[in-house]
Amino acid sequence: MSTLAMTRATLMKDLRMEWRSKDAINSMLFFALLVVVIFSFAFNPSAEESRHIAGGLIWVAFLFAAVVALNQTWARELRNQVLDAYRVSPAPANALFLAKAIGNFLFVSVLEALMGPLFIVFYNLRSVGPPWQLAVVTVLGTWALVVNGTFFAALSIRTRNREIMLPLILFPISIPALLAMVDSTTSILTGDASPDFWIKMLLVYDVVFTAVCLLLFESVLNAE
Amino acid sequence: MVAQNSTEIAVLASNLVKFFGRFAALRGASYPFLAGNLYVILGDNGAGKSTLLRVIAGLMQPSQGNLEVLGSASLRKVAQRVGYMGHAPLLYDELSGMENLRYFAGLYGINDDAVCRNAMQMVGLDPELQRRVGQYSQGMRQRLSLARAVLHNPDVILLDEPFSNVDVRSASDMAAILGRLRDAGKTILVITHQAAVMENVADAFVHMSAGKIVSTTSNNPTPAKEAGMGRPAAESATARPR
Repeated sequence: MSTLAMTRATLMKDLRMEWRSKDAINSMLFFALLVVVIFSFAFNPSAEESRHIAGGLIWVAFLFAAVVALNQTWARELRNQVLDAYRVSPAPANALFLAKAIGNFLFVSVLEALMGPLFIVFYNLRSVGPPWQLAVVTVLGTWALVVNGTFFAALSIRTRNREIMLPLILFPISIPALLAMVDSTTSILTGDASPDFWIKMLLVYDVVFTAVCLLLFESVLNAE
Repeated sequence: MVAQNSTEIAVLASNLVKFFGRFAALRGASYPFLAGNLYVILGDNGAGKSTLLRVIAGLMQPSQGNLEVLGSASLRKVAQRVGYMGHAPLLYDELSGMENLRYFAGLYGINDDAVCRNAMQMVGLDPELQRRVGQYSQGMRQRLSLARAVLHNPDVILLDEPFSNVDVRSASDMAAILGRLRDAGKTILVITHQAAVMENVADAFVHMSAGKIVSTTSNNPTPAKEAGMGRPAAESATARPR
C-alpha cells in the first residue's frame, strides 16, 4: 500500500474516532473559549488596542489549545498498545506521521473557524490590512504548530509525564514560528507594516520542519 | 529434540541478549523454531518470554545476538509474513470489529472486505456486529485480536498470552483455531500460562527461565494431527511440561 493510501486510511480512521469521541475538539474548544473570555474581561481593550494585542492573544490561545489535541493524538494509539500493531506491519512510518499531522491540522482549523468569530466580537476586531492575508497566515501558522506538535508528542509518548513534556519541548522550538504568526497577524490587523517577511519566514519554517520531522519520525516511532 | 513437521527453520534465535538499563531480560536465548510447528513457550513471570516474542516481532532490538525470521535478518523485510498478537488487544475501542480489521488489513495492503469477514468468522465472531470493541467482552476482544494477527495470512504467528482472561471454552476454541493454522503450515509461537489448553495441539513446549531457553519438551506427531484433527489429550500426557 502506498504512503498516500496509508495516510488516507489512517486519517479517515482518526477522523471517525474523533467524530465518535470528540475528545480533542471538545477539550480544545472549552480551553480556547475560556482564554477568550478571561482575557476579554481582564484587559477590556478598545478597538485600537485590540488590533495591537489580538495577534498575540489569538495565537497563544490556539497554541495552548492545540497542545490538548496533540496529546490526544497519540493517547489513542497507546490505549490497548495499538501502536505496536502499526509498528509490526510493513506500513510506512511516514504515513502515520502525515495522517496524524493532517488530522491535527483539521482539528485545530475547526477550532480556529469556530473561535475566530468570537475573537472578532469580544475584541471588536476590524482588519485594516487585506483579510485574505490572515487566511494565509492561519494556514501556515497552524501547520507550523501541528507538524512540530505531532512530532514532539510522538517523542514524548514514552515518558511518564508526557502532558507536561510536550509543552516543555514544543514551546521553545515554536518560538520563531510564533513570532512570525504574531507579527504577521498584528501587521495585517493594524496595517502598519507589510507582513510579507513574516509570511515567508513561516513558509520556510514549515518546509524545514516538515522535512526534518518526516526524516526522523521512523526513528522516533521505533525508539524503545 | 522437537517434533518436526519440517526441517526448515522459520525463526532462528542465536544467543539473544536484551538489556533494560542494567537488567538483562534475555541472557543468551537460542533456539531454532522449525517451520510448520506450534510451540508453546512456558516460564515463570519475568522469565523473558514476552521480551523474546517482542524481539522476534521486531518491536525491540536485541542488545546482542542474532535473529533470523524466515531467512532474513531484516525483520522489516518479512513484516508482511509475520503476525503478532500482544498481551494487550492492539485494537481501537472506538471502532467496531470490522472497522478495526479493515484498517489493519489496509496496513498489509489488503482492501478486500471478504478477507476481514473470513477472519472474523474464523474466530467465531459475527462480521455484522456493529458494537464497538470497547463494549466487547474480554473473550471477544481476544478472538478479534487473534483475527487481526492472522488476517493477512502470515507464515509466522506470534501470540503473547492469547488466553488471558478468557473462559475455558473460548480458550479451547482458540487453541483449536491455532491447531488448524499450524496444520495449514504456519509456524506458531504461543506464550501462555495455561499449557493444558494447548497440549492437544502443541508440537513442543519450550521452557524459559532467567532469560534463557532451558529445555524443550516434545509432543510427538500422531496420525490424528497429521490428518488435521489435532492430537488426543491422552497421547500427549507423557509430553506434558513440568
